[in-house]
Amino acid sequence: MSDASINASRAYEDEASFGDYFALLKPRVMSLVVFTALVGLLAAPVSVHPVVGFCAILFIAIGGGASGALNMWWDADIDKVMKRTKSRPIPAGKVEAGDALAFGLALSGLSVIMLALAANVFAGAFLAFTIFFYVVVYTMWLKRATPQNIVIGGAAGAFPPVIGWIAATGTMSVEPWLMFLLTFMWTPPHFWALALFMRSDYDDAGVPMLTVTHGRRATRIHILAYTVLLAVLAVGTAFSGIGGPIYLAVAVVLNALFLHGAWKITRRDEDDSEADNFKVERSFFKLSLLYLFLHFGAILAEALLKPYGLGGW
Amino acid sequence: MALRKEHEIHKRRSGLNKGVGILLAAFVVLIMALTMVKVTSASFKFPDAQSSGEQGEQN
Repeated sequence: MSDASINASRAYEDEASFGDYFALLKPRVMSLVVFTALVGLLAAPVSVHPVVGFCAILFIAIGGGASGALNMWWDADIDKVMKRTKSRPIPAGKVEAGDALAFGLALSGLSVIMLALAANVFAGAFLAFTIFFYVVVYTMWLKRATPQNIVIGGAAGAFPPVIGWIAATGTMSVEPWLMFLLTFMWTPPHFWALALFMRSDYDDAGVPMLTVTHGRRATRIHILAYTVLLAVLAVGTAFSGIGGPIYLAVAVVLNALFLHGAWKITRRDEDDSEADNFKVERSFFKLSLLYLFLHFGAILAEALLKPYGLGGW
Repeated sequence: MALRKEHEIHKRRSGLNKGVGILLAAFVVLIMALTMVKVTSASFKFPDAQSSGEQGEQN
């Protein structure tokens, strides 16, 4: 076999597959976007044709995925340093950075225009703003500049239920912003718990995570503070137009568990965490995933039961 | 060197090509369905061709 053919076969091995392009869209983040946007759309007091609703959720998801691709394009340098991200398509050498940029920009344009056509212009404009916020404000500007990066980045991840609501109604009201705040306030404790047991990753990449800039003690206190504020907000939402008895029961149980977890994290020191390989922090992180899913699930249940006279107050 | 038809690169790219093809076909069907829903909805109105024509003549 000649050198040329060996080099050629290596190049083919590194060629991007369909799955690599799909991975650029951050499918796990996209699943959260789809679910929360769907809840926003269905909780709105307006019925939407199923085809229009499907298109709206699809294009919101594609917009979320496009911003993920643009995030990976910009962050390729730090992604290859961190264990958690070094197997992503760009640092793994499967997709060229320029291809990811083109892919992200094309899908951004497609999703915004199609959402404006399928639902309404307000929804399309809001999706465009969300992509801009995540890519430019969070990824390019604040992620590497401030330890509050997670707090600000959380806003971008919290917009989908608002877009879903606007896609259905064409207007804004208090309820979608309560859903926004639920995700917004949930994001810091969720990511800081992750940062507690993935510290070296962020250290190596030079990302100013709170654990790096202010230390682990301060991070634990921040987790508790945000969890207390989140609990007040989450339980209070039960008495709004999207709440009801099911939501209240879910919120009370989950917030009691979440507060208990945050309290345990605050009381621990580094020796305790190292000794059991961050057992409490890891279980708090897992609970946080269930926490958000069940809160939005309860809002969805209230909305779906309303036509039968069961949901809401 | 010319690539033979059964070269490995064809196998590697076939998955990507098929995926893109299926997505494009699905997109066409989706736009078709969306158009049908929009034009059959009660709120849909065709643009008033006659009045826009008159406006054109005035200009």
